[in-house]
Amino acid sequence: MKTMDERPVQVGSARSGRFKKHHAEDLAGRSYTFICVALLIVIIISIVFFVASKGLSTFFRDGVSVSDFLFGSTWDPEGNQGDPVYGVLPFIFGSFATSLLAALIASPLSICASLFMTEIVPGWGKKLLQPVIELLAGIPSVVYGFVGLTVLVPFLRNVFPGQGIGIAAGSLVLSVMILPTITSVATDALSSLPRGLKESSFALGATRWQTISRVILPTVLPSILTGIVLGMARAFGEALAVQMVIGNAPHIPRSLFESASTLTSVITLDMGNTVMGSAHNDALWSMALALMFMTFIFVLLVRLLERRNRI
Amino acid sequence: MKIKKPLLMICTLALVVMLAACGSKDTQGGSSASGTANNDKSSELSGSVLAVGSTALQPLVEQAAQKFMAKPEYSKIQVQVQGGGSGTGLTQVAGGQADIGNSDVFAEEKLKDESKDLVDHQVGVIAMAPVTNKDVGVDNLTQKQLVDIFTGKVTNWKEVGGKDEPIVIVNRPSSSGTRKTFEKYALGQKTEDLKGSIQEESSGTVKKIVSETPGAIGYLALSYLDDKVNVVKYDGVEATVENVKSGKYPVWAYEHMYTKGEPKPEVKAFLDYMASDEIQNNDVVELGYIPVSQMEVKRDADGNITK
Repeated sequence: MKTMDERPVQVGSARSGRFKKHHAEDLAGRSYTFICVALLIVIIISIVFFVASKGLSTFFRDGVSVSDFLFGSTWDPEGNQGDPVYGVLPFIFGSFATSLLAALIASPLSICASLFMTEIVPGWGKKLLQPVIELLAGIPSVVYGFVGLTVLVPFLRNVFPGQGIGIAAGSLVLSVMILPTITSVATDALSSLPRGLKESSFALGATRWQTISRVILPTVLPSILTGIVLGMARAFGEALAVQMVIGNAPHIPRSLFESASTLTSVITLDMGNTVMGSAHNDALWSMALALMFMTFIFVLLVRLLERRNRI
Repeated sequence: MKIKKPLLMICTLALVVMLAACGSKDTQGGSSASGTANNDKSSELSGSVLAVGSTALQPLVEQAAQKFMAKPEYSKIQVQVQGGGSGTGLTQVAGGQADIGNSDVFAEEKLKDESKDLVDHQVGVIAMAPVTNKDVGVDNLTQKQLVDIFTGKVTNWKEVGGKDEPIVIVNRPSSSGTRKTFEKYALGQKTEDLKGSIQEESSGTVKKIVSETPGAIGYLALSYLDDKVNVVKYDGVEATVENVKSGKYPVWAYEHMYTKGEPKPEVKAFLDYMASDEIQNNDVVELGYIPVSQMEVKRDADGNITK
């Protein structure tokens, strides 16, 4: 939409031949962008509508109460212990625990990496790190999951009590996955800082470390937070890699090294095995709806942070 | 600026209407095209067959489809095989989106009323065996012991005659057909998901975890068994193809290919090919299934066994 607004206004359009050609081009370009935007809007609206209509039928048609669904800690959709029970608290807990922990592990690393690239060794540091970070972002999640299952899980099993599978393994895998997201956002923010800010700090006699910790970091903090929120949103939505290393037991675990589940891992695990329109299937759609709702909150957070960011 | 916003809205709305109109026109075109395709297959079979469902059955159907389409008399038939799980397969065949629904379980177990229209074509038998990590020191488990393990009553291998080591359960998701088969025929009861138990979707991952995790127990189809895991006898009966055929070993299930009502000629041709000796005696055996024709016992949807 921005590009359309910035389109140069036609001045002196009296010469008819030239005007017509320009006008036609302009109209074509304009309708093309309109179609693209409209298509996007239609797609988004239909996805939201579809997921909502499926997800809400758990509550309206299958008669599950919202509070039982969100705060119930028993998940027994097949009715193995009598009546089916749909409590997704363990999955919500698992999703939040893994993505928060992943952000906690990844943020310091990413911030240091971006400081290294922009402030400490801007020359070869950036040349070396930038491709590495981009490479990390390009690795498919199934590869992360498989490496996690083959390398990380046995390591955790040998070092810590438990089977190695669990929230710790999940958040470690996720932290590597969201590292590029946070790093690239932080690097962009750091390199777009006005030079004057740093130079005046140096002129006042501050050391490099003082400049970084007192001037640069506080200034770019909202941008870095944006990066962290974006990273968390990615971690929250990641399904495959987490599902491979987390164990998928539908319970709130007693430790970081005990089998647990996330919203996404349960959806991918059960979706193909359930019949469309059954209560179990509807419950999975409700979880998808909850996931989507969380994504909206993350986007909202990013918007708020961006607003604060405008100096 | 002020004029543009309503304009954008109007354009969007117009486009929505246009797209909606396009959509309905498309479906009309599609259905009429398939109608004509159905009419003019007097001489040679042509058309497309879509088989959707069970990932356990998918490799067999895919391999058979390749061979089927390579035959000159069927070269005009396109067979597409997709995964998605037994539930997806049954839903899509009952809803008419797919021609064949592949399933690990009887349709009656998943669907309610819709299953009446579905016609069952059994293309193979899959048997499962309990497996453990190699270090547990147990090579036979009774049904009672298995139930105790999978319901959490027994949590250490020494209670069933093995080493002093905690038991780690590696299960399938509660909706999975493999788990249903194992619960129904090995345990004889449903089990809940225990705290600390691991759930994995694919046989490959189950095998990997069982072979690497000390004290782990899981269950795998016979085709996945090798010396990386310790295969446990069930009530003293070894899980072999012979024991399954003779009915001594009870933990097995049919692989089903469902059609809605009587199949179209091209679908029927493919199903006949699946049931032919060419597939049953080669591909079925090769991929670790047991041909239905070689079974000395039969089983119905309620689990009743007849000789």
